[in-house]
Amino acid sequence: MDIHEYQAKELFEKSGIPILRGEVACSAAEAASIAERVGRPVVVKAQVHAGGRGKAGGVKFCKTPEEARANAEKIIGMQIKGKTVRKVLVVEAADIASEAYVGITHNRAARKATFMVSAEGGIDIEEVAKNNPDAILKEIIEPALGVTRAQARRLAYHLYPNNPAIAKQAVSLLLNLGKVFFTHDCTLTEINPLIVTEQGELIALDAKVSLDDNGLARHPELEELRDLTAEDIGDAKAREAGLAFHKLEGEVGCIVNGAGLAMSTLDVIKHFGGSAANFLDIGGSSNPQKVRTAMEIILRDPNVRVILFNIFGGITRCDDVANGLVEVLNSTEVGVPVVIRLTGTNEEEAQEILKQANVITETSMDGVIQRAISLANS
Amino acid sequence: MAIFVDKNTKVLVQGITGRDGGFHTQQMQEYGTQVVAGVTPGKGGQEVHGVPVFNSVAEAREATGANTSVIYVPAVFAADAILEAALAGMDLVVCISEGVPINDMLQVYDFLKDRPTRLIGPNCPGIITPGQAKVGIIPGNICTPGNVGLVSRSGTLTYEVVYALTLAGLGQSTCVGIGGDPVAGTSFLDCLQAFEADPDTKAVVMIGEIGGDEEERAAAYISEKMSKPAAAYIAGRAAPPGKRMGHAGAIISGGSGTAAAKIEALEAAGVAVAELPSSIPHLVQQMNVL
Repeated sequence: MDIHEYQAKELFEKSGIPILRGEVACSAAEAASIAERVGRPVVVKAQVHAGGRGKAGGVKFCKTPEEARANAEKIIGMQIKGKTVRKVLVVEAADIASEAYVGITHNRAARKATFMVSAEGGIDIEEVAKNNPDAILKEIIEPALGVTRAQARRLAYHLYPNNPAIAKQAVSLLLNLGKVFFTHDCTLTEINPLIVTEQGELIALDAKVSLDDNGLARHPELEELRDLTAEDIGDAKAREAGLAFHKLEGEVGCIVNGAGLAMSTLDVIKHFGGSAANFLDIGGSSNPQKVRTAMEIILRDPNVRVILFNIFGGITRCDDVANGLVEVLNSTEVGVPVVIRLTGTNEEEAQEILKQANVITETSMDGVIQRAISLANS
Repeated sequence: MAIFVDKNTKVLVQGITGRDGGFHTQQMQEYGTQVVAGVTPGKGGQEVHGVPVFNSVAEAREATGANTSVIYVPAVFAADAILEAALAGMDLVVCISEGVPINDMLQVYDFLKDRPTRLIGPNCPGIITPGQAKVGIIPGNICTPGNVGLVSRSGTLTYEVVYALTLAGLGQSTCVGIGGDPVAGTSFLDCLQAFEADPDTKAVVMIGEIGGDEEERAAAYISEKMSKPAAAYIAGRAAPPGKRMGHAGAIISGGSGTAAAKIEALEAAGVAVAELPSSIPHLVQQMNVL
């Protein structure tokens, strides 16, 4: 789960990382009045779950409250990488003397988290990684130790070799960033840019935090940071029901158990010349209610011309899926044909249940997919 | 022979009193697996399907001689359950639980790396040696004994391929579901090495998916060290980039971890890569080693 910059800054502030807090505005008028209160130049920053905000014109320096109003007017409602901006952060402008990059993320190959810093901050770090990899210093974080003081020192003096006063501030900032990463179960904590001001202060001018969805169960306070307005209704319903769902552009609505089989179902649909309307994994331990929710989400999409079930039972019991399907078919006008293939745990019970339902059954994955495609085309 | 589990495996079920733990205990018993103990803290002294329940893994191991643990506890308790099993001296720990936080797994992986305990999973369907033992949730009736070793990052897609092999008369030595999470206890590479050393395995089938570089590493091993022929299928050819396809592992970002890159690496290593899951049996038959 991604959270907004202003929310990430609150987490940073609680952990002792210096930030410029600013205030959030949902309208141009609010932005202007915040700028008025600040009483000096501000920056208006789009709050949206997408990178490259600056390049997209979502971050603007404003000398006066009137400029803040005009820029907020432009930014609120703007699309950045397909996401609509609904609020802006209005924050006093800083006098920047230097910009650096610092970030922590998981290094999958090492099976450890990695701390990365670069004196070339404020710009796309992936570009730096590609064009000038030596400019990035990395420290692998030992899971049993966390970020050590010596590691933080090495990183800090790499950034500020000739400025011990700033480097000392940076040591504690980097240690605190490590704390944020591990105590909140993050998959990314990033400051870009980390600045030194003309007055010699070290400040996290930006804040980016992504949370591990699997860790949220033990951080209920972080669940409250979820921006429900940033989510599509179908996505929200799927998440609440414990379904993994992505909308795609085709006509075959898919309900599959297991991510691998669901991905493979999309591949096989494409192979036989069809196109999938979605990816949907109903997960293990499915109950009839999950099937109902899955069908409701898929039927919201007007492009869907057929619903395809591809279920191979393991921990998922085929009879649960069949019961859910029969329940939906008995209480709802589905309006499109349903084709289903059920194999595995409690398969016989499921076939018995489906005998009473108006569905087309197939025994193989290739068979059910070809049937679905031909129904979608007819 | 076979790898990791066989008829001598003595299984302990962590989370045996839960819905999934109880149901799959019965399924494992029906398959002929020796399920000797269960563990649910606070429920020691009870019985589930005739299996005695203990309060701790150490106690259960001492009383029953269990050497393999299978975990069905809620995800946020899974890391603790794995560590408990390892500290109690289990040879093999199979973690079925899905949704284990990645930071927990970093610690578990680091703790286990110099210890004798092998972890399979988390977020996996487990392991089955057909005709001998199943540890986990792979449906027993879709497998049959034979000489094809199978390793997969997926759950249900594994069943799909195993079943296709069985229907084609191609039995399996052992099928291992290593799980789709970014940090897993056992890799493709670990399984390929074990299959290479196993006299009962004559050919290997690998089922990968987009994300990470495990398939590429496996390809390098196959190309340099492996004498047995291999076939593979990679899921996610049609997946749009940047989307999280359910498995925490199955995210493509940038140019790395794509299906195309994995297929290219495997083909370059001499692996027969299938276009469809259903074409795997044909590719195995063409190897002429069974």
